[in-house]
Amino acid sequence: MPEDPSNETVQPGKWGMVIDQDLCMGCQACVTACTIENNVAFVGEDDAGYGRWMHWIRIERFWEGTYPTVRTTGFQPMLCQQCGHAPCEPVCPVYASVHSQSEQTNLQIYNRCVGTRYCANNCPYQVRSFNWRDYTRPATFNNMFNPDVTVRKRGVMEKCTFCLQRIRRGEDLAHSENRPVRDGEVVPACAQACPTNAIVFGHIDDPTTEVSRLAEEARNRNYKMLDELGTYPRITYLKGGPSHG
Amino acid sequence: MAESESARPLTHPLSRPADQEEDPKEHLLLDPRPRGEMNRMVMESMHATSWKFWLVVALLAGFVIFSIIGVWGYMIAEGLGVTGVNRTENWAIFLVNTVFWIGISHAGTFVSALLRVVKAEFRRPFTRMAELMTTFGLVEAGFSIFMHLGRVWLAYWLFPYPNERTIWPDFHSPLMWDFLAINTYLLASSMYVFMPLIPDLAMARDRSTGWRKVFYRILAFGFRGSESEWTHLKTAMNIFAFAILPVMFSVHTIVAWDFAMATRPGWSSTVFGPYFVVGALHSGLAAVAIILFIISRTMKNMKYFIRKEHFDGIGKLMLMITMTWGYFFFNDYLVEWYGGESIARTVQKFLEQGPQNWIFFLMLACNFLIPILTLWNKKLRRTPGAMLTIGIIINIGMWLERYVIIPMTLTINRMPFTWRIYVPRVEIYLTLGTFSLFILMYLIMSKLIPFVPVWEVQEGQMAHSLRKFGKAEVPSKAEIE
Repeated sequence: MPEDPSNETVQPGKWGMVIDQDLCMGCQACVTACTIENNVAFVGEDDAGYGRWMHWIRIERFWEGTYPTVRTTGFQPMLCQQCGHAPCEPVCPVYASVHSQSEQTNLQIYNRCVGTRYCANNCPYQVRSFNWRDYTRPATFNNMFNPDVTVRKRGVMEKCTFCLQRIRRGEDLAHSENRPVRDGEVVPACAQACPTNAIVFGHIDDPTTEVSRLAEEARNRNYKMLDELGTYPRITYLKGGPSHG
Repeated sequence: MAESESARPLTHPLSRPADQEEDPKEHLLLDPRPRGEMNRMVMESMHATSWKFWLVVALLAGFVIFSIIGVWGYMIAEGLGVTGVNRTENWAIFLVNTVFWIGISHAGTFVSALLRVVKAEFRRPFTRMAELMTTFGLVEAGFSIFMHLGRVWLAYWLFPYPNERTIWPDFHSPLMWDFLAINTYLLASSMYVFMPLIPDLAMARDRSTGWRKVFYRILAFGFRGSESEWTHLKTAMNIFAFAILPVMFSVHTIVAWDFAMATRPGWSSTVFGPYFVVGALHSGLAAVAIILFIISRTMKNMKYFIRKEHFDGIGKLMLMITMTWGYFFFNDYLVEWYGGESIARTVQKFLEQGPQNWIFFLMLACNFLIPILTLWNKKLRRTPGAMLTIGIIINIGMWLERYVIIPMTLTINRMPFTWRIYVPRVEIYLTLGTFSLFILMYLIMSKLIPFVPVWEVQEGQMAHSLRKFGKAEVPSKAEIE
């Protein structure tokens, strides 16, 4: 396995997440919040049904066993894992998919993307969404756009940014007040909307933060998604029981 | 002069039973015609056109305009939503077409360069038809890859050109290697087509008038056939024939790396490089057989140049490549199966038992079963109609092979939540459009340049002769070089 490249240099902060599947109840509030926060396009029923939904976060659910002994597994919120060693980055021929050194996230540069879709192909988590068309909204909805986030056009790839605009705002504020970013100061839209606090966000390289504490405490039920691929995901999942009793 | 090894001892019966051995005159090189007549025949094949030809050209041109300009334009304006690609199958028929056309383009150069290097004599009349396949195939591959791009109007960003943003393309990306390799190959193969063409263009220049004369005069670079010109040309051709073979192998290996370097189950296979090269030769040789058939049936005087022996020679190569392809397929499949990684097994199970498993088995039948059961038969190899059928079957099989590798394998990934079956939409028109454009380019070029390298055939005929030993006529060959 290759070394986690972000260990090589001194980082101002490595952002990460803990998702407790035992707390997730599959309400999809995170999906809605993320869509509104990040100006994610509404693709409509037909395209969504054909597998072109563009949500940056999705709630996966599965069944186990055969009838009549069917049981559901825990809900699994799935979003960009912001890999330390991301398969999507080296395959882009035009540097549209790059690694951020300061936030330790994977960035997608929309206006650099030419739409080869190699990154989406190479993402083992299948979390990248492509703008298949120019999806329009009713004019009244235009007031709903978040001015901090670019509106993407057809032909470019996009994905979860860990709400980069919120990270930036938090960092700028802390910088102007001449202090480090406080734990819990930066909350991405999904974590903010979660009614059971199943999603916790923070610095994972600082052992005192909530996110590090949760990952450490639940040592017997924490895991990283597809860890065997050597992608160094920044999200720790905590295993949960079945979702329906 | 070296005697042919087929000279028999004189105890052999001098009269040949007609049903046991073919007439040596069946071989093009032992059936010489005077230079002037042959030149005239080739010139005639370029000039002779009928309304049927123009009708076909008009129909194809109409369809090309409809698909490439109309449908592609619609696709650019609307976005890729009009195609069948989705979140799971980000790569689909456009990439299938790209790999298919690059494959087709490979055999042209392979047939021509390899047979030139090993001095296989049956290559002489059809090297150019095969080489043109390379150039046209690469044009189609270029079209297909551009159709695939989400923002095709920015495709020039893949060029390493100096720009105000001081950003170069990322040379880590297999797509970048691919882009450079295909461009290299296009340049090299165009030069490789052009060099043996120069003496024939000079021949055509001396025998035409009007705009054609101007056209050929410019392209022939004032070739007069002097000794030094021939020496330089032949040296250059020799260098190119040797140099283009490794280029050809590397290009299709790099195309295979687009897949093999990815972290997809079913793709990350180290055997993909040679497997793709063999697959390319498989479809390309079959395409040579198709093209030889069509040209010998439709163009004037071409039956003299394209004979049963050529189909036979191509057929033997096809048989060899069929077996090689089968070996590589088995190698790829068995190792993956034995490895037993659960997700790779899932992919294999989907291919064999999924709702589209007929594509997988049809692919195997077309690529391996049918060719291997038919091509061993000399009689079938020497029947042009049969070779056309087998050629078409192999090409369908090879197209399906890429379909299996790209959209069908992409159906399965490590996130079962997103598994989805791909349904093509406007891609169908664009696929037919690239095929039409390929045929159209061939048709137009058949009226512009001599399809038979006359000088090469004449050189071969000079070297080969039937010598009389008593009453027996024995084919003999002189070493030219």
